[in-house]
Amino acid sequence: MRLSYPTNVKIMKVPCTGRVDIIHILKAFESGADGVYLAGCLEGDCHYLVGNMRAKKRVEYVKQILDECGIGGNRVAMYTMSAAEGQRFAEVAHEMTEKIREIGPNPAKLQGSRGQANITRTLEPLRCVKE
Amino acid sequence: MIVANRKPFEEIIEMLKPYTRILLLGCNECVTVCATGGTKEVAVLASEIRLFRQKEGRPVEIKEFTLERNCDPEYVDALKPFINDYDVVMSMACGCGIQFVGEHYRNKIVLPAVNTTFDGVTEKHGVWTERCQGCGDCVLDKTLGVCPVTRCAKSIFNGPCGGSRDGKCEIDKETPCAWQLIVDRYKEMDMLYKYLEIQPVKDWSTSRDGGPRKRMREDLTI
Ligand code: SF4
Ligand code: SF4
Repeated sequence: MRLSYPTNVKIMKVPCTGRVDIIHILKAFESGADGVYLAGCLEGDCHYLVGNMRAKKRVEYVKQILDECGIGGNRVAMYTMSAAEGQRFAEVAHEMTEKIREIGPNPAKLQGSRGQANITRTLEPLRCVKE
Repeated sequence: MIVANRKPFEEIIEMLKPYTRILLLGCNECVTVCATGGTKEVAVLASEIRLFRQKEGRPVEIKEFTLERNCDPEYVDALKPFINDYDVVMSMACGCGIQFVGEHYRNKIVLPAVNTTFDGVTEKHGVWTERCQGCGDCVLDKTLGVCPVTRCAKSIFNGPCGGSRDGKCEIDKETPCAWQLIVDRYKEMDMLYKYLEIQPVKDWSTSRDGGPRKRMREDLTI
C-alpha cells in the first residue's frame, strides 16, 4: 500500500498508547503543535490489555485542561485502528489535519517557533521505538 | 494520607496574575499519592499556566520543584539556594506544607494551588475517601473500626438517625450510612451486644473545638 498522508503530521512512535502521558500531549502544544491525536489499537485489542483505554481517558483529561487554559480541547483526539488498517491510518491523518486547519493555529505558539523540530526534540524521551 | 483537590484553573491563574517568575512547588508525600500535587501534577499545572500566559502574550518563567516533604524543616531548607530568584511561590502541597514554607521564607508569598480536603484512603486507583477527622480521642474500639465522627454526616454516637435508608445516608444515595456499617461490623464479629452500649456525650475539647493542637515528645526535643 503506497498511501499518502499529510506531510505536516509528525509521528512519534510509542510501544503502546498507554505510554502517552498527559504531560507529553501538553508539551507538544507548548512546543507549537496545533493539534495532537493518538492512534491506538482497537478497543479490546491492546497487547497490554488496557493501554488504549487509559490513553482514551487521558485524552479526555487533556481536553479539559486545554479548554481551561483557552487552547481548545478540540485540538486533541483519540483514534483507534488495527495495525492492518493502513487505509484508515491515512484517512484519520487527513481528517485530523482538516479539522485542525479549520480551528486554526495554536494560540500559544511562540512567534517564529519551528513547530515540528521543537516537538521532536521535546518528545524525544518518549521515543522508545527506533525508527 | 492527606487528600487534596486542585483548585479551579481560573482561581489559580487569577492568583498568579501579577507575577512572571513563579516557583511551583510539589510534595512527594500525600499529595503525590492522591495524584494532586506530585512531580507529575506540578509538570501538568506548569504547562497549563505557560500555555495560558503564552496565549495572553504575557509569558511566565516557572521553576518546577518537588520537595521530599513540605512539613519538615530539613526538607524545606532545600529551597534556600533559589527561592529568592522567584517573585512568588505557588504550592501544590497540603495546607500544612503551604503554611510551613511561608513560615520559613517570610519575604515570600506562598499561594495555594490546591484545596486540602480530608484525611483518607485510596479505595482503588483513582478513588479516595475520607476516614478520620483527627478528633483527638479515638473511638474505633467501640465501633469496631468504623469512624462515626467522619463517616456519619451528623457525627452521631448512638445512631443511626432517622435518615438511614437501605444502608445509605440521607445526604445522598451513594454514601453508606456509618451506623449501618457499624451494625454490620458488630454482626460480622458476632458482637451485636455492643450496640446496646449507650455512648456518653463526646468531649470535643480534644478535637478542633479545643483550638490548635500540639504534640511534644520531650526526649526528642534536644
Ligand atoms: S474517632 Fe476520631 S481519631 Fe478515631 S478515626 Fe474517628 S475522627 Fe479519627
Ligand atoms: S443516615 Fe447514617 S450516616 Fe447519615 S446522618 Fe444518619 S446516621 Fe449518620
